Amino acid sequence: MARYDRAITVFSPDGHLFQVEYALEAVRKGNAAVGVRGTDVVVLGVEKKSTAKLQDSRTVRKIVSLDDHIALVCAGLKADARVLVNRARIECQSHRLTVEDPVTVEYITRYIAGLQQKYTQSGGVRPFGLSTLIVGFDPYTGIPSLYQTDPSGAFSAWKANATGRNSNSMREFLEKNYKETSGQETVKLAIRALLEVVESGGKNIEIAVMTKEHGLRQLEEAEIDAIVAEIEAEKAAAETAKKAPPKET
Amino acid sequence: MECVFGLVGNGFAIVAADTSAVHSILVHKSNEDKIIILDSHKLIAASGEPGDRVQFTEYIQKNVALYQFRNGIPLTTVAAANFTRGELATALRKNPSFVNILLAGYDKETGPSLYYIDYIATLHKVEKGAFGYGSYFSLSMMDRHFHSGMSVEEAIDLVDKCILEIRSRLVVAPPNFVIKIVDKDGAREYAWRESVKEAVAA
Repeated sequence: MARYDRAITVFSPDGHLFQVEYALEAVRKGNAAVGVRGTDVVVLGVEKKSTAKLQDSRTVRKIVSLDDHIALVCAGLKADARVLVNRARIECQSHRLTVEDPVTVEYITRYIAGLQQKYTQSGGVRPFGLSTLIVGFDPYTGIPSLYQTDPSGAFSAWKANATGRNSNSMREFLEKNYKETSGQETVKLAIRALLEVVESGGKNIEIAVMTKEHGLRQLEEAEIDAIVAEIEAEKAAAETAKKAPPKET
Repeated sequence: MECVFGLVGNGFAIVAADTSAVHSILVHKSNEDKIIILDSHKLIAASGEPGDRVQFTEYIQKNVALYQFRNGIPLTTVAAANFTRGELATALRKNPSFVNILLAGYDKETGPSLYYIDYIATLHKVEKGAFGYGSYFSLSMMDRHFHSGMSVEEAIDLVDKCILEIRSRLVVAPPNFVIKIVDKDGAREYAWRESVKEAVAA
């Protein structure tokens, strides 16, 4: 029995934690997810793999609320996500109970990241196989934030980020096209980033918008389709503008 | 000396509680709100040991909120009442909470309801209930004047009658009361009945 309780995550001779890196591989196989921070909204988007005909799609919610003012999306092992989300929800209420204040986005991100790190340094456990994008508003200053955590337990704040499948392409797109936006423009930017790697259409994308006043709102399929149509029209207009050179001198 | 009472009317439930915070012969404050809003459509009016009251009701409130986040839908009033009773019962023979509770709620499917939960984890669904020395007077008044399906005006009138009885007949009657209501539009404060205002620094 003594042989089975040594840490599963041990250093390699050249300083790598292979289990953590393999966990990152699991994340790379997970669904594409994107988060964009605007001046007055934060937007989360995730690809929806086609639902099986007999599956009740309402029970497969990828974007979850942790509290009235905090939401999370993750890429990777969904079962691990359930455990982490549950612990985070308990911590949000526990924080409210002990200090009579809602959590800040940074606090709950640090908590989740701390949890993920603990499982890279304990005996007999494996790391959580997921990266999370956490968004929310500071309960007092009203400033929106976007944070990312990964299986190693590292976390940092971002203006826009992507994780999961093809996250590199999405991040490149965001780096090229990011600018300070608000409201609907932020939603469009998130959808455009997602459309780089996902088949277009409302039934392949799940989008949620968080505002200070109304909390988290999941967009309906019809709304997403409308925005996608707008984006495609804009793209088409840009293409024709490029192709038709100015004739006047 | 704490007085808490409540009743169910036509599409609403109303609870009233005194607002004095007392320690032996000293009144700390006379605007202590003892009716906590549990969630959008539930109220808990609590009386008893002051520390236990706040500790226990806040604990219930946070657990009710957690349920809603975990499951995507709020608890029904009957479920919240049974959960509360369960927590009191579990703690009873180890570290009991000396809190008496009237839980009022409104559910879309079943309408308004009122639950009587005492400190030894008794649970009753009632149309009218009361705790404390004031209950001797408020229950008697309600027995005389209550009927099923009262309107808000009739119910407030009855609440005022009870407050009048308590003020005139109870030896150390609390001067101020708060009244809260819960109906299809949610749980909210209805009114205060003050006979002594807190002293304000000039």
